[in-house]
Amino acid sequence: MREVDLAVVGAGPAGLTAAIEGAKRGYSTVVLDMNPRPGGQLIKQIHKFFGSREHRAGTRGIEIADTLFYEAASAGVEVIVEAEVYAIHDSTLEVVVQTFAEDSLILPSEEATTSRSRPLSIAARRIVLATGGAENALSFAGWTLPGVMGAGAAQTMINLWRVLPGERILMVGAGNVGLIVSYQLMQAGGEVVAVIEATPRIGGYGVHAAKIRRAGIPILTSHTIVSASGESRVERAVIAKVDASWEIVPGSEQELEVDTICIAVGLYPNARLASLAGCELHYFPGLGGWIPVHNSRMETTVSGIYVAGDLSGVEEASTALEEGRLAGICAAASLGKERAGDHDEIKAIEGRLLGLRSGPFCQHRQDAKQELIGIGEAQCPQQ
Amino acid sequence: MSPAINPPSYPSQQELRNAPGYPSQKRLEKGPVVAIECIEEIPCNPCEQACPQHAITIGEPITNCPHLDEDKCIGCGLCVSQCPGLAIFLIDLTHSQGSASVAFPHEYLPLPKEGQTVRAVNRAGEPICSATVVRVQNPKTNGQTPVVTVAMPRKYATEVRGILRAQGGKKNGG
Amino acid sequence: MRVVHHPILGNLPEVQQVRIWVDGKEIAARKGEPIAAAIAAAGIKIHRHTTKREEPRGIFCGIGQCTDCVMVVNGVPNVRTCITPVTEGMTVETQHGAGRGGR
Ligand SMILES: Cc1cc2nc3c(=O)[nH]c(=O)nc-3n(C[C@H](O)[C@H](O)[C@H](O)COP(=O)(O)OP(=O)(O)OC[C@H]3O[C@@H](n4cnc5c(N)ncnc54)[C@H](O)[C@@H]3O)c2cc1C
Ligand code: SF4
Ligand code: SF4
Ligand code: FES
Repeated sequence: MREVDLAVVGAGPAGLTAAIEGAKRGYSTVVLDMNPRPGGQLIKQIHKFFGSREHRAGTRGIEIADTLFYEAASAGVEVIVEAEVYAIHDSTLEVVVQTFAEDSLILPSEEATTSRSRPLSIAARRIVLATGGAENALSFAGWTLPGVMGAGAAQTMINLWRVLPGERILMVGAGNVGLIVSYQLMQAGGEVVAVIEATPRIGGYGVHAAKIRRAGIPILTSHTIVSASGESRVERAVIAKVDASWEIVPGSEQELEVDTICIAVGLYPNARLASLAGCELHYFPGLGGWIPVHNSRMETTVSGIYVAGDLSGVEEASTALEEGRLAGICAAASLGKERAGDHDEIKAIEGRLLGLRSGPFCQHRQDAKQELIGIGEAQCPQQ
Repeated sequence: MSPAINPPSYPSQQELRNAPGYPSQKRLEKGPVVAIECIEEIPCNPCEQACPQHAITIGEPITNCPHLDEDKCIGCGLCVSQCPGLAIFLIDLTHSQGSASVAFPHEYLPLPKEGQTVRAVNRAGEPICSATVVRVQNPKTNGQTPVVTVAMPRKYATEVRGILRAQGGKKNGG
Repeated sequence: MRVVHHPILGNLPEVQQVRIWVDGKEIAARKGEPIAAAIAAAGIKIHRHTTKREEPRGIFCGIGQCTDCVMVVNGVPNVRTCITPVTEGMTVETQHGAGRGGR
């Protein structure tokens, strides 16, 4: 069994920053990610990010992923990809490492094996869970047909693997994800037929919606998808208007000829592993669903297990970076060597998080986080 | 709950005139200046740092809307490619006798060529007039955001915000 | 369809080709890409048929979370093709139910 000071699950912005803080403080740190490339959601975000300069706004997500990975590697973090953590018990992580590729991007430092998969157990003194979010599904007649997919899946296909999953696309959902992925599908050469949204208003930022509109794509609000159909794959979709009580307006059905239907109806925290590890969850609809209860130090109800990023509330990369940093610093500090600057750094991070969670789009997240941390302070182990 | 925008999902002339990032008619008449069409309080500020003249201010909190000091703006266009929202346009009503120019980010293929005649579109993506491509700029500092400048009759300058993209599936294929 | 030209990402870089066999048919894949990408580029959308109703399924999440995309790979059923990279000579079969391969 391997032993490390800090094990981080998830190599997205939250996991990587947490690991960097741990390694910078001299602790042996390993990051495990089931995907073949580190970076989490960032590896498919080819648009320039919002936020402030400290959060590398104006930089494309993919570049942020590369910089973070480089920073982690030079801080001495070991990143193991194609490594899925499937259980955690008594501070031991049970991992299965897939080694299909002869030359994975980063091989585990141990011997590279040729077996298809092998188990790995890691005993860690502290654990940070940064497993991110997963896309919500939407059920309608025909929703399981090949060609119906999460917007994130389409985004991964075009931007990471450079394959257009279809040529005529219907986007369901006009939040930021639906708007951004629609734009990126057009950049990859796809034709977006329409973006539909069940509520009467567009949830994403106006600047993203404006980009879609001036490309000539209709955004139909108060519209829902009724069905997808086709001979063993999507060939058409029927959409219709909905009224104030979410009922379909009779006679408003329209048939669209599409080969792909992308679903962008929000993300939920990927809390399966946290739950398996025994962390208590609490339901916060404004943050995406069931979230591990944590205190202001990001520690969960299980002593020694910390959380950060979309897992602790679906937000943005900027907040994930800050929360990861916070979790990393606090986990490291609890191992004994609190550094002189730690306190000030924590205060600065808290200040920046407050700024990111202000304004009409984001204040509701601050309120929900406040409530969550309130519960956490009462339930989580005290130092 | 978070706020949401209403259809038609792009700002109206009225909303723009009231926004702190949109120049006055008087300033527009004088020559090149930017129109910042970013009217919601979103957490974003790269435009502030992009302007060497310090003509754009956001300040604290980061969710403030960008404010344009129209007298400080020299119309250099540097900020256009730096806005992640692709919401900044450079307008020059004095481009030539009777014609104006509009510069906008264009992150699609194929890029138009200088001198080419194109169909210019409004905020709804509707073609409203034909235009001539004056410049296509994509220096390294743009970070892969090409900026296209087109010239068209003056009366369309406050409406033109892009050009008709090439249609048909194979344009990015092999 | 491969996205060969891209305004942000540039032209698709040349990489080593890998041959895989999908239901007996040879397909050229790009080294390092997952099986799901290689077969999508070849226009294949159906990965498996469900146990009871034999309904077709394709990719849904693309990041290893939903198991909709599983196929029989080198004789092993239930392999998530969206996160499993191609290797030279790999055989991939449309999966029927819990594990049977073939068309
Ligand atoms: C279309 C889209 C556009 C976006 N645009 C912006 C933007 O402009 N600005 C912004 O700030 N944010 C943006 N975001 C949000 C941002 O990408 C996320 O908030 C951020 O990536 C969350 O970071 P994270 O580290 O918490 O999780 P993720 O980035 O999701 O990373 C989680 C990682 O954990 C791994 N993992 C999960 N479970 C396991 C397990 N059991 N074992 C091993 N590994 C596991 C996953 O493989 C994944 O790599 C966007 C998101 C989307 C989908
Ligand atoms: S055009 Fe130049 S001077 Fe004017 S706001 Fe933009 S960067 Fe500043
Ligand atoms: S950079 Fe663009 S999107 Fe961001 S605040 Fe400035 S104008 Fe708005
Ligand atoms: S598509 Fe969901 S696991 Fe592969």
